[in-house]
Amino acid sequence: MSNLLEVHKVVKQYGDYVALNEVSLNVPKGSIYGLLGPNGAGKTSLIRIINQITLPDSGEVILDGEKLQPKHVQTIGYLPEERGLYTSMKVGEQCLYLAQMKGLSKAEAKIQLEYWFDRLGIQGWWNKKIQELSKGMAQKIQFVVCVLHKPKLLIFDEPFSGFDPVNANVIKDEILALKEQGATIIFSTHRMESVEELCDHIALIHKSNKLIEGKLSDVKRQFRTNSFEVGILTSNVEGLMYDITQKFTVSPANFKSLNDDLKLDIQIGNATPNELLNILTQRGQVTHFVEKIPSVNDIFIQTVTENKV
Amino acid sequence: MSIISLIIKREFIAKVRNKSFVVMTFLSPLLFVAIAGFIGYLSSMKAETKQIAIHDETGLFANDFIKQNKKEAEFKYLNLSEIDVKALKDSITNESFDGLIIIPKTNNLKDLESKIEFISNNSPSIVFIEKTQDVIAEKITKINLEAANLDTLAIQKAQSAVNIHLVKASGEESLKGLNEIKIGIGGAFGYLIMMFIIIYGNMVMRSVIEEKTNRIIEIIISSVKPFQLMIGKIVGTSLAGLLQFMIWAIIGLGLMFAASAFFGVNVGPTARISPELMQTAQHEMSGTAQMYISELWNLPIASILIGFVIYFIGGYFLYSSFYAAIGAAVDNQTDSQQFLLPIIMPLILSVYIGFFTVVNDPHGTIAVVFSMIPLTSPIVMLMRLPFGVPWWQIAISVSLLFATFFLVVWFAAKIYRIGILMYGKKPTWKELYKWLKY
Repeated sequence: MSNLLEVHKVVKQYGDYVALNEVSLNVPKGSIYGLLGPNGAGKTSLIRIINQITLPDSGEVILDGEKLQPKHVQTIGYLPEERGLYTSMKVGEQCLYLAQMKGLSKAEAKIQLEYWFDRLGIQGWWNKKIQELSKGMAQKIQFVVCVLHKPKLLIFDEPFSGFDPVNANVIKDEILALKEQGATIIFSTHRMESVEELCDHIALIHKSNKLIEGKLSDVKRQFRTNSFEVGILTSNVEGLMYDITQKFTVSPANFKSLNDDLKLDIQIGNATPNELLNILTQRGQVTHFVEKIPSVNDIFIQTVTENKV
Repeated sequence: MSIISLIIKREFIAKVRNKSFVVMTFLSPLLFVAIAGFIGYLSSMKAETKQIAIHDETGLFANDFIKQNKKEAEFKYLNLSEIDVKALKDSITNESFDGLIIIPKTNNLKDLESKIEFISNNSPSIVFIEKTQDVIAEKITKINLEAANLDTLAIQKAQSAVNIHLVKASGEESLKGLNEIKIGIGGAFGYLIMMFIIIYGNMVMRSVIEEKTNRIIEIIISSVKPFQLMIGKIVGTSLAGLLQFMIWAIIGLGLMFAASAFFGVNVGPTARISPELMQTAQHEMSGTAQMYISELWNLPIASILIGFVIYFIGGYFLYSSFYAAIGAAVDNQTDSQQFLLPIIMPLILSVYIGFFTVVNDPHGTIAVVFSMIPLTSPIVMLMRLPFGVPWWQIAISVSLLFATFFLVVWFAAKIYRIGILMYGKKPTWKELYKWLKY
């Protein structure tokens, strides 16, 4: 069983509006799975279906080889985008309550809570009320509530919003640590740099349809343009340009370099990088030679704009 | 089941710890007693005596009014037949008197019947007018009888007062006036249910709305079913409510005793009766009073109490699930108003039916029908219970009530699931219907 979560052709309609149109996903066990998409794409609808908050109109969801059923709520941890806790309840009591709702015993919940409070350095908050905490502090509590019951599947909807860079980093490290411990993580966000950093799989949902899915490296390979950033020191610029423009498409590039070199963006098409390198080395000193890998951001923008109808 | 009890516990503790709950629990009985004491104090003050002037040109009636003058009576009559009518009328406007009865001289008494006037600055009470009319009519009747040479004494003797004794088929003697006591008992319980529903139903609604505004609902609902959450909320809130009611009852009774001692007002019929007094009172009790007591004990007390508990729970649960559904459908309390009216209406309706229809005919069609309809049955049936209701009617009524309860909870849970995730949208009835179909 390599997939922890499989979504098969899920359809969800709200009145006449189709929120999800036969969306299928495969979330491999132990992965950090980035669920991307512009606002209103249907991400939250899908997440709510996985959390059994709403039911799909058709299609099915398979968790760990079983059809999704009520008992599975205990194996899922969910950090919704709309954060919220009981404002007049004390932190400790609240966490205990929510942990017990996820099936932990009171004693177990206490042990877990102490572990997490210790880990995040918030031991002194036990008797504080949520309304006395800042937004970021409350977010930390919510993160703890989400992971307390050691869920197999964690769903984070915009986990870093509301955190300062230091705390965002703390949470990021915790997410990576959870992955190390074997948890599978679905990660919905607009912050592409964190996707780049954390995710090994991504899916892109746009206008209720899934457009892209796969291993991050595979997706990138799919979107590669076969262009290279080249820096070269040469005395004969004209000769060089003549040689390469015959075979490749060239445009000026802009990257940081310590040398006063010529910077080019060269698309090699079906040729191999070596063919380009051969030409280059004959004409001068190559100081920089890097394949331009599309960023998740590029892929996102490209896909969304291409499908704008 | 353990999740429901977890929710019940949290709801109960959250309610009980709430500052306004604590304040209201201890302030309400104080307020209530203060008001009761104030009213008692006011009513213990002597009412001002009103001076009524009588200008009787016939000279036949004035004495009958003067006869009624007593110490501490509300009205004091003065015979001022000698004084000019005009002067008297002026003195009324000057407020020397509170009222003036003018009885003019007529050719015969028949004409007089429609010629008598009462003049005052403020309109008189209906009771006073009726009393005055009675005094005059009685006198005229007496004069007429005498004129016809009839022996008034003989007529008085000939008049009869019939007192029918009510006897049940089972042979026990029954009492008139007991119906009032019965409706009083049923009505008190019915009112209690209504009050409880309105106060604590609202609490359920508020707590649902609170979870929506806190945005915690998504976490909760991803852990438990809306049905469980709703049942937990309703039960937890009602437990908190029961606790508050009990504290009120205890504090209220205590304060009543204190207040009655302080103001010297006899607040309740038993408030100041000491055991010795009770004993002597029992000796002096007439047979009728003793029969009342025994009849009260013969009331189906057990079935009334059991009925109260069942209908209390059923009625409260049914209405609370409506309140919870409203809370789930709306965003804030102001939006809830349009949905609240249809809930309060049947409650008020059932109290009216109880007090007007059940009193007249406890086993009539209207009373029976409304004691079956789930929305009104908790109150109407409770008011019928003291009159004795066939068991099959109770069975139908109770099963209808609980069946409807589960149906409404099921419906409400549907609205809940969808409505709870809708933020910032004011729902319409049409939309609610759409949600039901999801």
